[in-house]
Amino acid sequence: MCSVCGCGNGEISINADHHAHDHSHDHSHDHDHTHGHGADVLSHSPMTESRLVAIEQDILAKNDGYAAGNRRLFAARSVFALNLVSSPGSGKTTLLSRTVQVLRDEFPVAVIGGDQQTAHDAERIRAAGAPALQINTGKGCHLDAHSIGHALEQLPLPEGGTLFIENVGNLVCPADFDLGEACKVVILSVTEGEDKPLKYANMFAAARLMLLNKIDLLPYVEFDVARCLEYARRVNPDLQILQLSARTGEGMGAWLDWVRQGQQTAVAQQIEVLETELAAARARLARSSS
Amino acid sequence: MHELSLCEGIIETITTQVHQRGFKRVLRVWLEIGELANVEPESLRFAFAAIRCDTIAATAELEIITLPGRAHCLDCAQTVAVQQHFDPCPLCGGYQWRLLSGTEMRIKELEVE
Repeated sequence: MCSVCGCGNGEISINADHHAHDHSHDHSHDHDHTHGHGADVLSHSPMTESRLVAIEQDILAKNDGYAAGNRRLFAARSVFALNLVSSPGSGKTTLLSRTVQVLRDEFPVAVIGGDQQTAHDAERIRAAGAPALQINTGKGCHLDAHSIGHALEQLPLPEGGTLFIENVGNLVCPADFDLGEACKVVILSVTEGEDKPLKYANMFAAARLMLLNKIDLLPYVEFDVARCLEYARRVNPDLQILQLSARTGEGMGAWLDWVRQGQQTAVAQQIEVLETELAAARARLARSSS
Repeated sequence: MHELSLCEGIIETITTQVHQRGFKRVLRVWLEIGELANVEPESLRFAFAAIRCDTIAATAELEIITLPGRAHCLDCAQTVAVQQHFDPCPLCGGYQWRLLSGTEMRIKELEVE
């Protein structure tokens, strides 16, 4: 089994239609495969059989190599890619449905969803009017960069727009796996404990933005917002925080503006790269014709 | 239980090294795991013992070196030791610190024959 995504094991299935199917991955890939190798012998005694060899390689090096390939692809096509992480039931899919309903009229949007089973989420997103693709991770507890690379072979890239990657509902494992996204967005709902930022500190430390969802339910639940935000900032002093209700629409404007800003930045960065390349090409032409 | 995925990555790296460099046997695997890494060393040991069977590392022992968490505190401008993401600065009690190291997850070296 592929250590990163389970390729060849039939455990993972990518579902662009309405039914799941298993398939092996024996075909060639068009994205980069990075393998860090290099072992130097640290000590070697001819008198003893065993010796130490240095490896010095990150355990996640393979995933990170695929993530770097995804990131290059996103940059080349001005795609603002977000990795949305949360516990199950935080309202990710409702939030995304409402988000793509608005933004699809402004720029291209697409959604990759990860769940252990079913294509329900992708169906909900498609019903909201955006291209969506479901990755079923089988028993896997997170999405990884390799499976995103495969998904992008089937899902048209939202060039100059935004790709939302809805990770498996899990506040632990997805924290470690870089998918090539611009940043992680962690979603917490007020029906959960206000101390989740402390309980799942690695995830809140890894995120750039936290969305506190379902604020319309605050009158009915015991949830101390101020304490929750204090815990979140304790774990990650740089964390941006927005409060909203995807159901009622309260606070959605600030979130949509945040996405628009990120999308515009991605396009601006691409323009900068292209202008630099154009200037270099013009300089070459000027030199060769002089 | 992403420790299992991590262990599969470790086994794959070992297998690649063995094939490339012609080692006969892997006796020991040394990992460096940061104190604030998102991994439970005991789960890692358990997962490694479970999946090393029928691999080139079937008899390999896992050794884990814990690397300390170090942070720069913006309030007191000192480098301090931290064990958790939500620890206060041990000098000033504030939370305005940036992690310098402590989330490493690395295969450091192998003891081979």
